[in-house]
Amino acid sequence: MDEQRLDGNAAAGVLAEVFTFEITTARTACVHCGASGEVGAQMAYVSEIGTVVRCSSCEGALIRIVRQLNGPQRYWLDLKGIEYLQLQERQ
Amino acid sequence: MTEVAGAPRRLDWQIGEIIEARPETPRTKSLFLEVPGWQGHRAGQHVDVRLTAEDGYQAQRSYSIASAPETVRVELVVERLDDGEVSPYLADELRAGDGLELRGPLGGWFAWDAKEGGPLLLVAGGSGIAPLMAMVRHRKASGSDALVRLLFSSRSYEEIIFREELESLSADDETLEVVHTLTRSRPEGWKGYERRIDEEMLREVAYPTEKPPLTFVCGTTPLVETVATALVGLGHDPARVKTERFGPTGG
Repeated sequence: MDEQRLDGNAAAGVLAEVFTFEITTARTACVHCGASGEVGAQMAYVSEIGTVVRCSSCEGALIRIVRQLNGPQRYWLDLKGIEYLQLQERQ
Repeated sequence: MTEVAGAPRRLDWQIGEIIEARPETPRTKSLFLEVPGWQGHRAGQHVDVRLTAEDGYQAQRSYSIASAPETVRVELVVERLDDGEVSPYLADELRAGDGLELRGPLGGWFAWDAKEGGPLLLVAGGSGIAPLMAMVRHRKASGSDALVRLLFSSRSYEEIIFREELESLSADDETLEVVHTLTRSRPEGWKGYERRIDEEMLREVAYPTEKPPLTFVCGTTPLVETVATALVGLGHDPARVKTERFGPTGG
């Protein structure tokens, strides 16, 4: 499967595997350019080997997640590109 | 990168049973599923669908839910793409009684609850109508009178998904306005738009309302990007324009 450029909202599934809270409505800020917004409003680059959420303003990598395909469930999660995540409990 | 061994929570895959596979247009079908323990969804959310080949190869796609949260059966719209990896199977092979592996609902960002009110501006291309149809149906089922305008681009009259239902929903409802554009062919006497969605069309359809609308756009990447760019150019707040791209052509 080739890499697809989609909305951050499209990363909801893989991110829900590691985050308990709804992640697509979480606010975040980009360490590269400072732009802030909801994760769902960023861009998601989705491929078979993993997903990269990129800033919709500067295209800098915000979140990288890779899942091991075989064997025990194991994830590599790189959050270096975000200043913070503001998570909200669903009302 | 930080290694996270053993995720804190798994979002489990489950098997939904196809109750009905109903042809919607020449190239699309509605799949109605019964999902055991379905926790309910919000209008606009999607599910991830996973197909596993005999050799273990897996392909995964996201499909928007077209049914209202008030409906028990989960409806997905599948469009047959000849070179697709997943869609030909979903559109041609699945029959009532078959199982389909899925997880969800997912994606609270591209979702609307009737209690949030309106006005809503919905822009769809082809099977991008699915999550927006969930919103239109949810609005009806919940008795909401939120002002809704839907601009819907299809190739031809025969390929307008949910055409009759949209007609009947908007027929006796002044607060639901449905505007069609047909990009490839038109029936004789067609009075709607007859081109791809552009800024001029959006200027006419998305005329100013008392309150700025919340906008949802769903379709192929080129359509979504054209619409989002044009709306921002027309003065819409980018934070109130939510987009859901299928990818270059969908999957």
